[in-house]
Amino acid sequence: MKRSRSTWILRAAAVAAIAAFVAGCGGSSSSSASGGASSSAATSSTSSSSKAPITIGASLSLSGDFSADGQAFEKGYELWATDQNAAGGLLGRPVKMDIISDASSPAQVVTNYTKLISSDHDQLVFGPFSTLLTVPSSKVVNRYGYAFVEGAGGAPAAFGNGLHNIFDVSLPVIDNLVPFAHWLAGLPASERPATAAIATSNDPFTQPQLPEAQKILQAAGIKILYNKVFPAEVTDYAPIATSVAATKAQAFLLGSVDVPTVSAFIHAFIQQHYNPKAFIATAGPDQGAAFLSAIGGASNAEGIMVPNGWYPGYSNATSQKMVSEYVAKYGGSPSDVNADVAEAYSVGQIVAQAVNATHSLDNSKIIAYLHSGVTLQSVQGPVKFDSLGENGAAAAFAFQWQKGNLVQVLPIGATGSKPPEYPKPNWGS
Amino acid sequence: MSFTSLIHAVIDGILTGGVYALMAAGLTLVFGVMDIINIAQGALVVLGAYMSYELSTKLGIDLFVGLLITVPAFFVLGVAMEWGLMRRLRDQDRTAMSILVTYAVAIIIEGVLSVTFGVDYVQLNASYVNSTFHILGFYLPYIYVFGFILAVVMLAALYYALYRTQFGRGVRASLQNRTAAELIGVNVSRVRAVSVGIGVSVTAAGGMLFGATNAFNPSSGYDLISRLLSIVVLAGLGSIGGALVAALFMVTLEDVVAVVWSPVWATLVYYASLVVVLSFMPNGLFGKAAVRAQ
Repeated sequence: MKRSRSTWILRAAAVAAIAAFVAGCGGSSSSSASGGASSSAATSSTSSSSKAPITIGASLSLSGDFSADGQAFEKGYELWATDQNAAGGLLGRPVKMDIISDASSPAQVVTNYTKLISSDHDQLVFGPFSTLLTVPSSKVVNRYGYAFVEGAGGAPAAFGNGLHNIFDVSLPVIDNLVPFAHWLAGLPASERPATAAIATSNDPFTQPQLPEAQKILQAAGIKILYNKVFPAEVTDYAPIATSVAATKAQAFLLGSVDVPTVSAFIHAFIQQHYNPKAFIATAGPDQGAAFLSAIGGASNAEGIMVPNGWYPGYSNATSQKMVSEYVAKYGGSPSDVNADVAEAYSVGQIVAQAVNATHSLDNSKIIAYLHSGVTLQSVQGPVKFDSLGENGAAAAFAFQWQKGNLVQVLPIGATGSKPPEYPKPNWGS
Repeated sequence: MSFTSLIHAVIDGILTGGVYALMAAGLTLVFGVMDIINIAQGALVVLGAYMSYELSTKLGIDLFVGLLITVPAFFVLGVAMEWGLMRRLRDQDRTAMSILVTYAVAIIIEGVLSVTFGVDYVQLNASYVNSTFHILGFYLPYIYVFGFILAVVMLAALYYALYRTQFGRGVRASLQNRTAAELIGVNVSRVRAVSVGIGVSVTAAGGMLFGATNAFNPSSGYDLISRLLSIVVLAGLGSIGGALVAALFMVTLEDVVAVVWSPVWATLVYYASLVVVLSFMPNGLFGKAAVRAQ
């Protein structure tokens, strides 16, 4: 009896082990296809490859809810490592990424960083994807005195814990919708929308963005007809989207973290014959071909906007070089390179500049340097950290889908900005 | 909130509830027949969505016509799962062990889908996905209406097969007493394999509807499984008709709360309703004992 029970437990464990292996193949396959950790070290220059590599740990969401973003981040980190090694590595040594998956779990990400630092003894660590995972992981990384440079944890929740080691290279998310709100508010009265609707996920990335925009819109006399928060785990968006459509608001601001949320609203709006004059979503439309595929093609994307600090056409020499390298390595077109790649690549660039400036892998020196007020450069533009670790030099833009391409449209008159399409054309046109 | 919005929420809830019932039917059938809690149900739904996606994008086969291929394919998959995994679980700890084994199946499916399709979101598209018809002041999406009709037809057929046919009697006999069923000539092993095959094949249809109404990627199954489990628990584990009633009740309640009160409270009320019902009816709306005796 006992023997039989043990046998079954062993068989079940074996099945679970096979499952874990196959799931791991999903993640490692991508890593391998993207050059993987070992290959990024292998591409180092001759002079640096003979020395022991510098290992940089990162926990990324290679499966679970954030898997699309997590795998894009992985590509960004690997691309940076390949470029850094081609340029001679760090301090004359090759760099090697040590990336493990947190399955989009706030609990797992804490375990992962503990492992990367205390067990794997990685010399440096890079941040995970999303504020949701950055907040818990920043605390454990701080306990070990490591610098925690990240590219996707820009919400206020990440900077309210009194930590001195966290640095976000991207645009502080609270400012994300400001250019869009100012643009709408500044339209001539005859063109300006009279009404707006707001719906946002209760995610720490999205929620802080909407109140800032709402203040600007209301100050311009735009009436808010609908303003509700929905839980991040909601699976049926129909009643929320239908309620928004019923208001017939002329502008719609959506606090979304992913493609499915935006896609659900778009499909519901098409079904309800509701077409706002302006439509912006905080995330999702920046996912290139994946976004277009989910919403039924470019004709449904026409006129939809998304705020961000970067886009593939950004007029910055290092950014353009990164985009062409990405396309050469992974295929597709420049519009397939989403902002996650640039955010991840920027993390590597900023850490590299700090290591080179301090001639050290000492994390306390790196932290002090990053807090020194120095202005650094990344593919997303200049980076200058304030006392909290937010990037005060980042510029906020808004991008819009126009004829199958995501183009910069705001701020009006900024370098690279094209005229916004307003009002948004009807669905499918 | 207007009265029109309330009516719209009820309509949304009923139509969406039909889709959920179809996704949950396989789960409740497999439990009813095998006492197995299939944690892989969400992953199977996503697998069904991907199969429809491939047939639609690569071969240009209509989503509903594609079910003529995916439903039989899922039947074979279900029989294989029963033969390869479920049959080998001992009766004494079948339910507990099934959670671990089917969780492993879910991870395998997610891994294979990730390797094959990547992790970018996709959605099924057809002319009727975004099309609507106008009736009594409401725009009703064809895809939800077609989905609801499909759900009712498939669940009715399933109910008929289980409770009004010789095969169904064999299924229920083998559930109540395997030895006695074998003594009267029921091939219990075959009955169970066919039953699981049917349960999984229904999931192919649920997967198509899920993929046509939601953007999905290989990880999307995790968001589904807690909802599907709550529907079958409320229904009474093993009850096909109960799954339809429970899905309509819970999704409609959630949609009404989202519109009348707040979307934030909708999810809480969804699960709270489960707790309240189980407090008074521990076996669910259509408890297991009653289900098996029908």
